[in-house]
Amino acid sequence: MADNIKKLDAESKNSSGKLSNKELKNERKSARIDSRPFAEISSLKVQRRSKKRKRINRSIGGDLILFLFLALAGVLSALPLILTINNAFKPLDELFKFPPNIFVRNPTLANFSDLGVALSSSIVPFSRYLFNTILITIVGTVGHVIVASMCAYPLAKYKIPGGTFIFGLVIYSLMFPAAVTAIPNYIILNWLGMIDTYWALILPMVASSLGLFLMKQFMGQISTSYIESAKIDGAGDFKIFWKIVMPLVKPAWITLIILVFQSLWNANGAMYIYREDFKMVSYALSQIATAGPARQGTLAAVGLLMISVPIIMFIVSQSNMLETMAHSGIKE
Amino acid sequence: MENIDIEKAPVISEKDKEKKGLKKWMCAKSSKFRSWWDDKRHKMDKWSRETPFRRKMWLNKTLYMMMIPYMVLFFLFTVVPVVMSFLLSFSYFNLLEAPRFIGWANYLALFLDDPIFITSIKNTLIIALITGPLGYLLSFVFAWLINELPNKLRAFITLVFYAPSISGSALAIWTLIFASDIYGYANSFLINWGLIREPITWLQDSAYILPIVIVVQLWMSLGVNFLTLIAGLKGVDRSQYEAGAVDGVKNRWQELWYITLPNMKPQLLFSAVLQISGSLGVGAITTALAGFPSVNYAGHTIVNHLQDYGTTRYEMGYASAIATLLFISAIILNKLIRKIIGRVGS
Repeated sequence: MADNIKKLDAESKNSSGKLSNKELKNERKSARIDSRPFAEISSLKVQRRSKKRKRINRSIGGDLILFLFLALAGVLSALPLILTINNAFKPLDELFKFPPNIFVRNPTLANFSDLGVALSSSIVPFSRYLFNTILITIVGTVGHVIVASMCAYPLAKYKIPGGTFIFGLVIYSLMFPAAVTAIPNYIILNWLGMIDTYWALILPMVASSLGLFLMKQFMGQISTSYIESAKIDGAGDFKIFWKIVMPLVKPAWITLIILVFQSLWNANGAMYIYREDFKMVSYALSQIATAGPARQGTLAAVGLLMISVPIIMFIVSQSNMLETMAHSGIKE
Repeated sequence: MENIDIEKAPVISEKDKEKKGLKKWMCAKSSKFRSWWDDKRHKMDKWSRETPFRRKMWLNKTLYMMMIPYMVLFFLFTVVPVVMSFLLSFSYFNLLEAPRFIGWANYLALFLDDPIFITSIKNTLIIALITGPLGYLLSFVFAWLINELPNKLRAFITLVFYAPSISGSALAIWTLIFASDIYGYANSFLINWGLIREPITWLQDSAYILPIVIVVQLWMSLGVNFLTLIAGLKGVDRSQYEAGAVDGVKNRWQELWYITLPNMKPQLLFSAVLQISGSLGVGAITTALAGFPSVNYAGHTIVNHLQDYGTTRYEMGYASAIATLLFISAIILNKLIRKIIGRVGS
């Protein structure tokens, strides 16, 4: 702490004299840091703690064994994915080599061009499957995030009659697998005339309970004074929700977007959609998979393409995401 | 900005409101509609002033309007289906004729006349009892170990462990690994190392299907609950460890039991809930790996059985009975787990 204070002192002394460009920048930086209350102190605290933390209750032997275990498990966990990536670039003779090698020797893009051929020969063009998946994924994700958080805000911040009962129902609905509601859902969708439409996949997803749960837990953490001051300034309930609460819980809805995106992206919808031109990519790809060993290379290419989208989304927003999940425990 | 008078602020916003958004569109569309709308609103306002409860409802109308879309969908696609499947489970229903009440017949048939259902219960229990606790334990152990890594490495390792659960379509690689010819990875490595002489038909042999399903399910089990646990570990206040060290916590295991676990009870509960519903809901994996139905029903789970009667035989009453049993067992398991986790750290 003393070191930093000295530094600050030195900088402030410099500022009274002549300043070079670099020093000016430095000074601006320090001024920016100063403007945040307690920023310096809290960062110092974190530093001190993390240094001390490593010494508490840790032995080198234990560390070594546990991290060897972690590394081994990591390799096992990653192996199928490594295989998927490598197989996508293997030529056919390398795929059926005995004994097989895990890593690709002569990478080609032949599998991807084969995939193109296989897909262009299907009755419904592949672009249609892709369009279906993207449309359902985007509408479903955006719809769920907005609708669920709109419902979560009053539940989290106001005493709604029956609010605890509703939230209890939501927690219960997290507890059983989705298969329980599949058949009545089919009957209901049939009544509504939504079988063979995009709505058959979108609406049940919008109604899923994970979003409401996450958003409610996170919104509960927001200080009520934000909402009160906005009310005094004349904002309506919806405006408070949209302009104040939603920006504050950004990590929560980013998490939600990733989770919902991922499940919709992998959904195949075979139960609710029977028309070929309304089916999703993952269904089309599973059809390719059934064609047998000759399509192994194509299949690997497909696998790589399908997982790359959610994985990229995960990487981009990982830091935001983990922050959210910490707030999402069940409180009793 | 600084000099806004609070008294004046609502007046300004009233004026702004009249020019903006929906109301502007309404004004332009028809003044008739607007006067009708205002009239209705005034009437509602007057009506609401009669009792305090009505007044409260009227003043918070935006909040209720915000809740309506989700509530409608949630009731339509979650609450109503559960009630419906409970009611349908006492009937014979094939989607064409109206459901006919048959009492307990479905349940009796399930337990007395349906050996495949008993097999599916057995398989589901084996899968759930192994992958449930083990997957949960693995999620926690890995989350705990990852939490001690330096930041950048941590992000990478998290991805390595989490990626399998994202990769619904990468399941195909497992059918390649366990292919029944000598080109399947498992077979060719085993033959190459001299452990077996002839290729094993992994996914067509009823002895191997269940273990393979369990391995793959474990591989995919580090999902949302894993992320929850990582986040929960991140959220534990560091100063508690220092305090604990002063108070006599001697090694990492004591630290884990007395400080870390009690601190993240809510996350432990949440991820246990997800784990239970996940391990009881195993079904898609067995279909993807061993086909539907699997050889000798060796990988047949309750969810598979449900799909069999619900989507191929259209015996909805029977399928609803299965769904109801699944629902009840999930709820009971959850109650149990919540009691167990409530005791952590004591």
